[in-house]
Amino acid sequence: MQVFRDAGHLFRVAAVFLAGLVLFLVVRGCLVPPSFGRYGHYRANAITEIAALPVNYAGHRACEDCHSDVQDVKSKGVHKPVACESCHGPLSAHASDPASVTPAKLDTAILCVRCHQQNIAKPNGFPQVNAEHSGGVACDSCHQPHNPAMTAEATK
Amino acid sequence: MQIPVDGFMYPNEVELQWSVLIVLYPYITGLVAGAFILASLERVFQVQAVKPTYRLALLTALAFLLVAPMPLQLHLGHPERSFEMYLTPHTSSAMAMFGFVYLWYLLAVLVLEIWLDYRHDIVVLSHTTTGWRCLLYRMLTLGSTNISPRALHVDERAGWVITVIGIPSAFLLHGYVGFIFGSVKANPWWSSPLMPVVFLFSAMVSGIAVVMLLYMLLTAMRREPIDMRCVDTIAKYLFYTFIIDFSLEMLDLIHRIYEADESFRSLDFMVHTRLYFSHIVVQIVLGTVAPIVLLAITQVAKLTDLARKRVYVLSGCLTLIGIFAMRWNVVIGGQLFSKSFLGYTSYKMGFVAREGLLAAIILTILPFIFLWVLVKLLPPWPAKPSRARVASAD
Amino acid sequence: MSMTRRQLLLLLPAAAVAWDYLLAGTPEAAPNYNLAGHWWAMLIDINKCIGCGSCVRACQLENKVPDGYYRTWVERYHIADWEMQYPKVDSPNGGKDGFPAGKETVGKNFFVPKLCNHCAESPCTQVCPVGATFISPDGVVLVDQEYCLGCRYCVQACPYGCRFINPQTNTANKCTLCYHRITKGLTTACCEVCPTGARQLANLKDPNDPIHAFLHTHSVQVLKPQMATGSKCFYNGLDGAVR
Repeated sequence: MQVFRDAGHLFRVAAVFLAGLVLFLVVRGCLVPPSFGRYGHYRANAITEIAALPVNYAGHRACEDCHSDVQDVKSKGVHKPVACESCHGPLSAHASDPASVTPAKLDTAILCVRCHQQNIAKPNGFPQVNAEHSGGVACDSCHQPHNPAMTAEATK
Repeated sequence: MQIPVDGFMYPNEVELQWSVLIVLYPYITGLVAGAFILASLERVFQVQAVKPTYRLALLTALAFLLVAPMPLQLHLGHPERSFEMYLTPHTSSAMAMFGFVYLWYLLAVLVLEIWLDYRHDIVVLSHTTTGWRCLLYRMLTLGSTNISPRALHVDERAGWVITVIGIPSAFLLHGYVGFIFGSVKANPWWSSPLMPVVFLFSAMVSGIAVVMLLYMLLTAMRREPIDMRCVDTIAKYLFYTFIIDFSLEMLDLIHRIYEADESFRSLDFMVHTRLYFSHIVVQIVLGTVAPIVLLAITQVAKLTDLARKRVYVLSGCLTLIGIFAMRWNVVIGGQLFSKSFLGYTSYKMGFVAREGLLAAIILTILPFIFLWVLVKLLPPWPAKPSRARVASAD
Repeated sequence: MSMTRRQLLLLLPAAAVAWDYLLAGTPEAAPNYNLAGHWWAMLIDINKCIGCGSCVRACQLENKVPDGYYRTWVERYHIADWEMQYPKVDSPNGGKDGFPAGKETVGKNFFVPKLCNHCAESPCTQVCPVGATFISPDGVVLVDQEYCLGCRYCVQACPYGCRFINPQTNTANKCTLCYHRITKGLTTACCEVCPTGARQLANLKDPNDPIHAFLHTHSVQVLKPQMATGSKCFYNGLDGAVR
């Protein structure tokens, strides 16, 4: 037909486009990750991958399993809600294999100050002290960190 | 990375996310859209006066469109994963859908229209050249050498249809970039329904200016006389589009100042201090008001051809600088202030870095190199007979 | 070894299925964790926060957060008088080392811990071009580190400034609500170490979770409610001046 002869080049272009589209669909079929779309527009395996990341803080229940004596002392004082690792740092390695990691001795000059240094933005009623409070003496000379009330035995 | 902060910023906001490359990207796509709209003036709206720039405008659009993805690739943290936008595009994301708009515009509009317009020349060139050029042209013919008047008429009709489809496609191409910014509710400098419209009209202004300048430059290089009727018409359209663009930008500004919402104080301070030079001086005064005034003079006063040419070149250059400044003010400006409205940061632009100034300069020059190649392969104007042959005929 | 056509016809589809299985893996959460039974949220009590920065430090240690970037941080507010519109805010190093004693004596002063709000209608997941960031079926907004392109659109779209690009992986990063911990019955690192209980993890789908009683008996706010992000980070005692 005349129209095919005159418009033949347009059909060739259309064929090129169609071939490109088919190629795209094939490549797409191969490359889209298999778990994509299972729960939504994302790779469902990402959820598992993120959930499998290593844990560094063991959580206070893990500490209490072995250190029930400390837990007894702590539960009687105002530091009861403070988690062990809040001061002692992340210790999941120690919790899984106690012999492999020895938790470091803490420096009360830095540690206690962070929470208890006087600051006007802290809530009223929260125990705060200023720098002259101890006259340069270490906090744990008078306060046992696990149960910090003055009547409790100090560490030093 | 110690970036000085004035006031308070959320800690993660201090470092800018989108660099000068992301300023360059809307600038380049804007030139594409604008150049195409100019081309469509002749094809669809029958403005015969601008015909000499038709093919040049299309090639300019193609040269810039090919470079457009490059700043994006350099910016991505993982450019090797960029194809994921085509595999699993998130339909709620303007950025994802833009990948398809880009592909559509490149292939179904621009490449197709250029091919149809040049097909006759391509077939002729495939017969008259040798070596790799001949092979290239033969490939471009797609095996069809039918350049009979009827076939060419089919081409003409098809090209017209594509141009008609191409105009909203060009609007979509750059309007989308505006929407990418305008739809971010977290950023009050960007979030506005006017953003796509402002982007589009400033794109048209810059695209028309660049084609006008390129036409004048290339014609002068070819030692041909510049068609004054053509450039006068282009300048007229540039002027009208500029008026609309300026009105839109002023509307946005006045609206902000009047409503003075929670972000206003912070943004106002930013424009008066950190953005003063790029926004007030470069974008508004030098880049918008000055070209409008200059073009207005050419519309009302009777100037000589030479005087008009000079004014057009000056206005064109100022326009291109001004529109770049506009993109800078939107992209960089939108990241200089804190979303807490309590502080400001600064933009530390590297030079030789992956997203540095050098990369930006190279990417700005690259489209002109591409254009040079395209002009050599697909000459926009018929070759003039050489002087030597004319002389020997005497 | 030659193969008959019949053998090939049987072998190829079998191989295809095996290959697909190999590629797919089987996504299972930690043992005994039920995705559908959880809709995670966070409760922050401004009245209890002492600005010690323990949460910021713990988050960094738990999640290997690079220096200079923050998955959680604490801000200190100082409002001189009645002018809520002009607070003075600071967050030295994200509050990681606590706060230096301020010189202000009058006015209102308090701390505000901030983190990803795990929005139910999050603008960040809306703009991700490829689906690398998403909200999990149990309500945690996560980033797929293997799929993220690092385009930074999500960082721009977050109204709260909680996202950043990790310079080591060049991908988007943010608070994951310690997803790797909460799916194992632990609490988040920040809640674990908070000495005053200012931060509490909550499961809105658990009828016995204390958050329900708390929400019923207290006035709570979310950050930037006008953004309508469906934020699941509830603040008790949040002042109107907080940005």
